[in-house]
Amino acid sequence: MTFLDALLGRSKPVQANLDALFAIPQAALTLQAGGGFTPTGVGAVCYRANEGAAFATLQGDVQQLLDADGGPAVERSEDSYGFTWLLCRQDPDDLSALVTELHTVNRTLEDNGFGPSLLCSQVGFVGPDGRTLGVVYLYKRGSFYPFAPLADERRDNALELQVRGLVAGDLPIEKEMGRWLALWGAPGLT
Amino acid sequence: MAHTRFRSDPGLTARMGLVGFLLAVLYLGFGAYLVYASGSIALGAIIVVGLAFAQWYFSDKMALASMRANIVTPEQAPELHGMIDRLVALADMPKPRVAIADTDLPNAFAAGRSPDHAVVCVTTGILRRLDSDELEGVLSHELAHVANRDVAVMTVASALGLLAGFITRWGLYFGGGRSRDRNGAAAFLVIWLVSILVYAISFLLTRALSRYRELSADRGGAYLTGKPSALASALTKITGDMARIPTRDLRAAESMNAFFFAPAIRGASFSTLIATHPPIEKRLEQLAKVSAELGRPL
Repeated sequence: MTFLDALLGRSKPVQANLDALFAIPQAALTLQAGGGFTPTGVGAVCYRANEGAAFATLQGDVQQLLDADGGPAVERSEDSYGFTWLLCRQDPDDLSALVTELHTVNRTLEDNGFGPSLLCSQVGFVGPDGRTLGVVYLYKRGSFYPFAPLADERRDNALELQVRGLVAGDLPIEKEMGRWLALWGAPGLT
Repeated sequence: MAHTRFRSDPGLTARMGLVGFLLAVLYLGFGAYLVYASGSIALGAIIVVGLAFAQWYFSDKMALASMRANIVTPEQAPELHGMIDRLVALADMPKPRVAIADTDLPNAFAAGRSPDHAVVCVTTGILRRLDSDELEGVLSHELAHVANRDVAVMTVASALGLLAGFITRWGLYFGGGRSRDRNGAAAFLVIWLVSILVYAISFLLTRALSRYRELSADRGGAYLTGKPSALASALTKITGDMARIPTRDLRAAESMNAFFFAPAIRGASFSTLIATHPPIEKRLEQLAKVSAELGRPL
């Protein structure tokens, strides 16, 4: 925000940064080699559904577009904070297909003027011992962070820090750990 | 360049700019006049500006203390924190501290000298009355205040008005008493009259500025959540409730009005010209406009 914007009270919604998402397949190789984490083939985009007809139409269009490829249908759900999740499934070995699908959601929202409504997206991984790990992308920051949920709304901080060390070379990791948003009950991460 | 639906209102921006410009002209003129007319006023100016600085610098602590609000941790208020976590991630701003004030008055406010030192406070009254969508609307309005740096802007805007008010109230007592010669007394009388005028004008201008910034915050908040109607519904619920709350409790919170989500005073004498907040109809009208813009195909 510039000085003039502050003076005139014009806070502008922050636009999303979309392209960094394509770094995930490379990071997945590192995660597999360094920590034994394999992709689950499940990923999800989280956004804020705006009120009004424009957004409802758009949402339907995106789902239709994604389902047209004949793969598993995308699942839409709303969480307890009023944010919407679109869950995509692809072959676990073809991570770039999953990322492309997630990117389609982003691109469509942005093309229709709802880019500022994108919150985050996550791609799921599973450890050799069965532990769940989500690699979360924050659109507004253009950065990633690991999220490892445990039972009873606790996080496996040790695992998260370990993963941060592993993928730091492949992904821009969010430096302020206060912004490592807890995504309890996120679809695909339970 | 990506398309955007989230636009600022040029009319509102222009009005706010005009008010800011008038205030700057008024203060520059007043300042120059004081320096020209009397050197001893300079000391008063330093004290008043110092007070205003302290008011800005400690605004978070003062606001929390006057509302007897307590900072709450994520463990104490997980839903509230979760909601704010997501809103700040959406707005890409640092997370403010979160406080709860134990009063039945349904309201919320933001304070703090900068976004890094901000605090957002809600009362138990508002938590009890609003559903989660409406509460989120209120929080996004307060976060927009933080993003717009409203505490800093309003402090600067009212600082010299405070000085004029100070001279108006105490000037004759101090200045008039000390200068024994006729010329000095007469000169001071002129300063006093000018101060009254400056005080009156700056009072009206800062109140107008405050109203415009409320509209700005409504707009920013509505864009953030994408649900202007939830904020509108919160507004109607709160202002409806406000009138039913016992008067004594309301007056106790009066000095906090400029930072509140909805003002806590009622009465016909409270004219729109000196109100810190725009009338509810105006706020609802703007939110309806935002809602229509969001719903329209691009």
